[in-house]
Amino acid sequence: MNEAAPGLSVDSATGIDVSLPLAGAGARSYAFVIDWHIRLLLALAWYTSAALLYNGRLSLTPPLTNEARWFGAVVAPALAIYFLYHPLLEVLLRGDTPGKRTAGVRVVSRDGGAPGIGALLVRNVFRLVDSLPLFYGLGLSLVVLTRENVRCGDMAAGTLLVYSHAASDLALTTQQAARRVGTLDASGAELVAELLQRWPTLTAEARAALARQLLTRYGTVGADLSGVEDSALRARLERLAQPETVPT
Amino acid sequence: MSTSARQHALSTALLRRVPLWQQAEARTERLARGRTDDAADAVRLADDYRLLAHDLARARALMPRSRTREYLESVYARTHATLNHGAWRLGSTLRQLFRDDIPAAIVWLGPYLLWTTVIFVLAALGGYALVHRFPELIALFASPDLIASVEHGKLWTEGLLNVVPSSVLSVQILANNIVVSLFAYCAGFLFGLGTLYILGLNGLMLGAVFAFVNEHSLGGDLFSFIVAHGCVELSVMCLSGAAGAAVGEALVRPGELGRIASFRSAALRSGQVLIACAVLLVGAGFIEGYVSPNASFALPARIAIGVSYWLFMLALLSGRLWGPRPPTATTALNTPQTA
Repeated sequence: MNEAAPGLSVDSATGIDVSLPLAGAGARSYAFVIDWHIRLLLALAWYTSAALLYNGRLSLTPPLTNEARWFGAVVAPALAIYFLYHPLLEVLLRGDTPGKRTAGVRVVSRDGGAPGIGALLVRNVFRLVDSLPLFYGLGLSLVVLTRENVRCGDMAAGTLLVYSHAASDLALTTQQAARRVGTLDASGAELVAELLQRWPTLTAEARAALARQLLTRYGTVGADLSGVEDSALRARLERLAQPETVPT
Repeated sequence: MSTSARQHALSTALLRRVPLWQQAEARTERLARGRTDDAADAVRLADDYRLLAHDLARARALMPRSRTREYLESVYARTHATLNHGAWRLGSTLRQLFRDDIPAAIVWLGPYLLWTTVIFVLAALGGYALVHRFPELIALFASPDLIASVEHGKLWTEGLLNVVPSSVLSVQILANNIVVSLFAYCAGFLFGLGTLYILGLNGLMLGAVFAFVNEHSLGGDLFSFIVAHGCVELSVMCLSGAAGAAVGEALVRPGELGRIASFRSAALRSGQVLIACAVLLVGAGFIEGYVSPNASFALPARIAIGVSYWLFMLALLSGRLWGPRPPTATTALNTPQTA
């Protein structure tokens, strides 16, 4: 939950503002590092496979003379993949890239909607400035120093990077909490649903500690849970969160 | 009923509405991605919006630190964006950009374009006068290879195709020109001074090189080399300089908006022009790679290509390339109806 993160608040016709939590330098860098690796690997993969096919043997060396076919088939596409990755994907995916998706962030305009093509291209053109003097030094400094965590390209294009939690994950937790609410209160149902959902991803110690806390708070007051096994704890949690049966 | 019991009852009731939120989410997704044109879906989205706003307000009050509130925030934001922006259709967005937005930006950039052209021409004249008067100063503007080649009575462009194939040359030139053009725009970020320096330096270099080759009676040859691609290339240089100057002026004289907001507005408006600039530079790069160094093209053919491509540029930038614009609601209302 990102209540502490500064957010973009947009007025709406209903009187209930739209609130979007702003992504910080960490999430931005994470997204960029993933995207950078993807485009580098794609460009290298193209260069390697095209060079092998072109040479017809196990060699990546370019021909000694300037050959148009070598340049057109091997070098130009690899460079295009590397340099056009961001602008093309952002335009085609409406501000999204695989890296941003993995980092759980997306680009929005100041009214909370997806930016237009002009804004996305301006945002990418200003990478020339943001990448100065080295390794996005200026861009990263601006992200850290500005209130809205924006780089120069975002200032120019009027865009922001906001957290976009995987709606499917949130929906699943909410749906399971809705099913389980009955004997538990809403927040208890949510906690139990989320713990059961994340059970396989947590270490045995961590999930046992959390399960004991929840069982003590919501069901088994005074009971000694110290020796109860992992599977038994899960079973008790599931029993605690049984959907309310409707009497017929 | 105690307050906590009331809260429990209210949040339980709220959670029972999850299926409604999921339906709204699915509808939003369909409409946002343009997967449906169903009018009923669009009408129901407005109802979903009100329902989500109502439930989000309750969730913020009853369970502010919950996943339910986060989920509702996320669906509500997406529904809001879909209602206010509509579906994303790349084709029509691009059409609108080239037909309406870029011509409007060009009109807005008119005064900047005039001034950047004046600066560029003055710099070129200055460069010409400087090297004409002090020929040794060419060393400041041109490489030793270029100078040696001209002193031997040969343009450096002669035999270029023997060294580099046209396709490679074209891509190298267009990539270089696009980067210079983008830099001229981005340099506006330095309060317009960066753009001024780039324009001035390019103008000085052009004038200086022309003066130098003229001294060696090669001016006609250089003109013949430049004319096919240069008309558009130099115009685009001035255009991207104008876009950069607009950005610079927004920072120097922000007006009532404030510096950042003014910068954003100017960058966004003038930045659209760069898309047209990049498209035009791709064409100019191919002309420079295939036509300009090719001796089999006579001067009249080169002039015809240069002028035709320049006219194409005018049609593209004015939006006339796409035919007459469809009447807007206002113009349609103002048009007198015939019986």
